Amino acid sequence: MKKDLYNYILGIADNSLILAQRLGELCGHGPSLETDIAITNISLDLLGQTRSYYQYAAKLAGEDKTEDDIAFLRIERDYKNVLLVEQPNTHFGHVMARQFLFDVYHLMLMEQLQNSKDETLVAIAKKGIKEVSYHKRFSSDWVKRLGDGTEESKEKMQEAINAMWRFTDELFDVMEADKAMIEEGIAVDVSKMKETYYEKVSEILEEATLEVPERKYFTRGGKKGVHTEHMGYLLADLQYMQRTYPNMTW
Amino acid sequence: MSEQEVKNLEEIFEARIARDEKIEPKDWMPEKYRKTHIRQISQHAHSEIIGMLPEGNWITRAPSLRRKAALLAKVQDEAGHGLYLYSACETLGISREEMYEQLHSGKAKYSSIFNYPTVTWADMGAIGWLVDGAAIINQVPLCNTSFGPYARAMVRVCKEESFHQRQGYEIMLTLCNGTDEQKEMAQDALNRWWWPSLMMLGPTDAESVHTEQSMKWKLKRKSNDELRQQFIDQTVPQADILGLTIPDPDMKFNEETGHYDFGEIDWDEFWQVVKGHGPCNKERMKARVDAWENGEWVRDAAMAHAEKKANKKVAKAS
Repeated sequence: MKKDLYNYILGIADNSLILAQRLGELCGHGPSLETDIAITNISLDLLGQTRSYYQYAAKLAGEDKTEDDIAFLRIERDYKNVLLVEQPNTHFGHVMARQFLFDVYHLMLMEQLQNSKDETLVAIAKKGIKEVSYHKRFSSDWVKRLGDGTEESKEKMQEAINAMWRFTDELFDVMEADKAMIEEGIAVDVSKMKETYYEKVSEILEEATLEVPERKYFTRGGKKGVHTEHMGYLLADLQYMQRTYPNMTW
Repeated sequence: MSEQEVKNLEEIFEARIARDEKIEPKDWMPEKYRKTHIRQISQHAHSEIIGMLPEGNWITRAPSLRRKAALLAKVQDEAGHGLYLYSACETLGISREEMYEQLHSGKAKYSSIFNYPTVTWADMGAIGWLVDGAAIINQVPLCNTSFGPYARAMVRVCKEESFHQRQGYEIMLTLCNGTDEQKEMAQDALNRWWWPSLMMLGPTDAESVHTEQSMKWKLKRKSNDELRQQFIDQTVPQADILGLTIPDPDMKFNEETGHYDFGEIDWDEFWQVVKGHGPCNKERMKARVDAWENGEWVRDAAMAHAEKKANKKVAKAS
């Protein structure tokens, strides 16, 4: 099996799965019917992308592995999503801050992934790019609305951005498995995206009349499988059925 | 307007309905027609929105990625139904905020079925199969109802509902073809959802207060008891295919009538739930009120932002 490629795919896909799971928690509880529908849409897009990645990874793994084995039957340390996407839905400001800070990165990643030498990844990226650019527009618009809305919303949005900010730097860490893939022209060298990312994010935050936090203290670990304490509970929900009723067809 | 003039308008109005013409929002209509439609359409919209909660309860725990995506999409469809039903209702001169207010204060009702808890994954199957099944029986005749916006909304709703029903049945079928544990889960879900699903079709004709007028306005084409019989006749053979047992010892095919006879429905339970004392009434209402109240600052911000933007435009133009 192409171990490096497998790991590289999971590194990307796990972000989509975990964020989709978080957004799925909100279904039926949004601040308005329209935002509820939009957030569910984003969750569905991410879930669709996850499935394409995992199906590809399952094929690489062979041994009758399925997308569900990969999604549901790993231990926490084997999930390689960034810490940002597992953060809880504290309030709508947090949901939008998390989404916005991820979407800007995600869109850049998809744009670059289109140039990969791996055809399947190119196909997934090409399909995903349309979805992700909508996500980015949606979350940026909300960051602007909430930042430049009422005094209360500005305060809440700033607090949310501050809370999520420390998880952004990890997005640009390159893992050991990625290095070989970058050399082969398959993976995106995300470390090179960092400066542009912070420029883009800052531009929107300024437009939202929000302060751009200092780039000083960051928390990382998700890419190595060392997660925040929120992750275990998220996985308990996600894996509940597969763990309680193993080896069944649903 | 004199009494005679109103009477004339009413006669013209009733004649139009008798000719199967659609009534549109700007047409003259009797006040009672307007009120009845606001009541029914908003109740229907509320049911869609409250109905998102019991199924939403399983999104994070769906057993496979395919099921998770399908469930998310289904619950999202319900939000969509709510959205266009609220819009249809707004054409009658009531705002969405007012309708929410009526829901949150308990003045407006919603389908009592959603006050039952979803305790296993099989409930996702049972709800699709039975609850959506009963809903379709209720709703298909509404595609031809007299009020245009409602009728048109229902055409779309019914298409999606019948897809949901097939999806629910397919969940049940998968369980019934599975392990003993899965079959047991399916039977347990049927046991719990069967009677509430029968109640969904409304009180017996003798107790139903709105039937006569609603028939005249084509808001209803068949009585509650007729619809219930139709639902039972359609569903019992489906249970047979699944190899599940309907939890009614009196259920028996009657050769003479060509219909299934069935046991007594516990109407005390029905009225208890309708009056707000079902297993989950309080939780459902709390979830909706919380969502609305916690979302207030977001909606306010959106309004304030839109206003700022509009002012900037005006300032630029002048």
